[in-house]
Amino acid sequence: MSMNTQGRPTAPAAVSTPVIDTVSGSRGLLQREDLLFEIGTPETTGVDLPTPRGLKDRLGGVKRKADTGLAGLSEPQAVRHYMRLSQKNYAIDLGLFPLGSCTMKHNPRLNEKMARLPGFADIHPLQPQATVQGALELIDELATWLKTLTGMPSVAMSPKAGAHGELCGMLAIRQALIARGEGESRKRVLVPESAHGTNPATAVQCGFIVDEIKADKRGRVDMADLKSKLARTDDIAGIMLTNPNTCGLFETDIKDIADLIHAAGGYFYCDGANFNAIVGRVRPGDLGVDAMHINLHKTFSTPHGGGGPGSGPTVFSEALAPFAPVPFVIKDEDSFFRLVEQTEGAAKDSFGRMVAFHGQMGMFVRALTYMLSHGADGLKQVAEDAVLNANYIQARLKHVMTPAFEGFCMHEALFSDAFTADGIETIDIAKALIDEGYHPMTMYFPLVVHGAMLIEPTETESKAELDRFCDALESIARRAAQGDETLKGAPYLAPAKRLDETRAARKPVLKWTAPLPEQIAAE
Amino acid sequence: MRYLPLTPEDRASMLATIGAKSAEDFYTDVPKSARLKAKIAGLPDHQGELAVERHMMKLAAKNRSASSGPFFVGAGAYKHHVPASVDMIIQRSEFLTTYTPYQPEIAQGTLQTLFEFQTQVSALTAMDVANASMYDGSTACAEAAVMAARVTKRRKVILSGGLHPHYAAATRLLCEAQGLTVMQLPVAIDGEGELGKSVDGETACVIGQSPNVFGTVTDLTSVAKSAHEKGALLVSVFTEAVSLGLVMPPGEMGADIAAGEGQSIGNGLNFGGPYVGLFACREKLVRQMPGRLCGETVDADGHRGFVLTLSTREQHIRRDKATSNICTNSGLCALAFTAHMTLLGGKGLKQLAELNHEAACELADTLGAMKGVEVLTPRFFNEFAIRTPVDAEAVLAMLDEAGVVGGVRASRLYPRDHLGDVILVAATECTTPDDIAAYAAALKEII
Repeated sequence: MSMNTQGRPTAPAAVSTPVIDTVSGSRGLLQREDLLFEIGTPETTGVDLPTPRGLKDRLGGVKRKADTGLAGLSEPQAVRHYMRLSQKNYAIDLGLFPLGSCTMKHNPRLNEKMARLPGFADIHPLQPQATVQGALELIDELATWLKTLTGMPSVAMSPKAGAHGELCGMLAIRQALIARGEGESRKRVLVPESAHGTNPATAVQCGFIVDEIKADKRGRVDMADLKSKLARTDDIAGIMLTNPNTCGLFETDIKDIADLIHAAGGYFYCDGANFNAIVGRVRPGDLGVDAMHINLHKTFSTPHGGGGPGSGPTVFSEALAPFAPVPFVIKDEDSFFRLVEQTEGAAKDSFGRMVAFHGQMGMFVRALTYMLSHGADGLKQVAEDAVLNANYIQARLKHVMTPAFEGFCMHEALFSDAFTADGIETIDIAKALIDEGYHPMTMYFPLVVHGAMLIEPTETESKAELDRFCDALESIARRAAQGDETLKGAPYLAPAKRLDETRAARKPVLKWTAPLPEQIAAE
Repeated sequence: MRYLPLTPEDRASMLATIGAKSAEDFYTDVPKSARLKAKIAGLPDHQGELAVERHMMKLAAKNRSASSGPFFVGAGAYKHHVPASVDMIIQRSEFLTTYTPYQPEIAQGTLQTLFEFQTQVSALTAMDVANASMYDGSTACAEAAVMAARVTKRRKVILSGGLHPHYAAATRLLCEAQGLTVMQLPVAIDGEGELGKSVDGETACVIGQSPNVFGTVTDLTSVAKSAHEKGALLVSVFTEAVSLGLVMPPGEMGADIAAGEGQSIGNGLNFGGPYVGLFACREKLVRQMPGRLCGETVDADGHRGFVLTLSTREQHIRRDKATSNICTNSGLCALAFTAHMTLLGGKGLKQLAELNHEAACELADTLGAMKGVEVLTPRFFNEFAIRTPVDAEAVLAMLDEAGVVGGVRASRLYPRDHLGDVILVAATECTTPDDIAAYAAALKEII
């Protein structure tokens, strides 16, 4: 054994690893962390506020009766609490995050820096417009990018997320039908069965009735089924179609679909969740689309933040543009950027207001920063590399897994579970990926493919990362094909084992409750 | 290009593995007429960090930030101090760059913070259960209205005259799209208490706000009683979450659903978004709630863990039968809220609320003592309405010249209600005695 001069060993001794159960509950770098309510007290605080002077209040007796009793932590405790929790999360910054339909690409840090400039982060939505001309100009500039990239004449910036953008598009369609005097008669919206759940949910939120259309053997809209659903046209409001679709395929008949819907008197809503595959290469405006939301948090790299916030600007064709929501920005002749906030004048046909204020400014700053960084040339390359990476994964895995459809894919590769042995399911493959250091792919979606595994690598992965991922998934796939039962227990190396979702739903515990005194005494 | 790792050699070797000649091969399904040969015209090419930074900083410099001088704008968004550690926590990659926690084994960090968020929101609103956030207060309010219609199976929604007009507009839009009838009561500075009189046997819910858009705080207990007697629900709305440290919260007034804006805690102004919608209700209504819920459970080893639960309400499971179409919410803003609330603690929150209230009291005393200025709000927390002897737009423009951002003219929110001489004024813990003195001095020159 080597020693330094004090006799401290400087190389590991040869001992076999015992099973280690720690007293603390922590395991090396992975710290155990209780709920903050079990650590702090209501008196503990991590802020130093001045003492109130004790003025007579003006609340007229409308005072809170019982204190919140919420626990607080000092700053070092709070920072440590959230750092320890952060260690239990997977993230793009740690590795490939191949969730299909989610476009988990790198989130550039310049975006974060720009969003924190006081000129953007510290301005109020209702301060005088003369004091926020740069903010309004930024919204106008981003709107120009979005209109140019989609080839559409108009964009509503206020929707707060993708599903909110869908709502925006469908409300515009509703308003257009009302303007035609057909608001009551045209209620049927066609939605492919492969659609994101938000599509049918959105249509119903707007008072429409959903009529499902089937997928064909190639994973596209079944044109025969579509035509049969259009045998009657006087009740058709429109279609909601994702393109590229949720199978990761371009809808080859998209122009015919648009023509059929328009001939039936309906409108074409396109779900733009998968815009990353075609940005800079195909403009939805050239495909007959009437409305489409754009997820800035997918295609344009604003961070997903563990579930949000997003941003869902929605572009419109000439036919729907007059019905777009307020507010929007217009540039006056004297180059003054002005907010149109009321449904009058330029917005007299607008369907109204969806939300307080002007949309997700913080996301606008990040998205524009991203667009300027890539430029028109870079965005075209984004789409090409995203599609290339997905096809590379498909090519590398098609011998061990079952591609759902023949031919090249777009930005995501879709496999069915046909290759697995009896008893091994998609979820087992997904969870085994965790042990290999990866976030699982999207599983059991789209619904049209049995045991679906939808893999979207995005363009921000290097070939070396893709190869490592493919090696890992290939080995898991082989084990799945051989019926390796150990997959059923995966993950083994994650901060938690598989969780009991049935128990959580049966008797929901949705908040922490202080233990009763007798419970404390019993411990 | 700095965000694209593939080299030309990588691309060539990958194409060979795939068996494609070029990327063009992947786009053959696109109709020929829609395939762009060249890059899209009319947009600049890629730029380095420095050039992009210059461009953005130039735009930012054209805006006046709230911290750059005396600032009194509220009406649904508030200038508060956010501790430095909050921004540091939400910039942790593990929180910032992760997805919705659908794989709980590697998302316990997000899930536990959501569980803490739900617990904090429940306590703050004094309600039984809270969800894992909505987009913002206005959409939370709209969702509360349609939820009340589902629960009661009734089709009429009544909006108070003090409900923030943007919230009213968003709510009216969603309700009318679903065929509900919306009754908007006339604009009133102090009308929330009268809401109960409008309830009838057809009413799904009444929506009242405290503090309301004019700053008036109101005990809605009697409104809740009137609503419940007729089988209707009370939706209690707030736009200033800090107020609940001091003001009677929805749960103490008998509200069935609480919907509000959480921006004030942990989140900056950001010109209106992203913010964080708070949504809470009575336990028996939980299965009609919109949005994600995080629940406690155990893992295969019996250790406590958290998962998204009651998903059968949600669009990805129930599709057209879902309670809402919401998917992405305000996760990271909810984390900011939770981190700030954790730093405050119950005692700190109350103290913060007191400081806000005292700043507003001092401001009201100072402005109200001026000749020709009338404070219109009878009971308030940290904002109130004043009437000025001169047109509000002119007053604010002149204050602006003196470097004071003096509030929101009521006519911007209510263009048709003859409120041309009314200004909504807010103060927070950021408001200093010097700010108040500057306001008074500038206003004196004008009126």
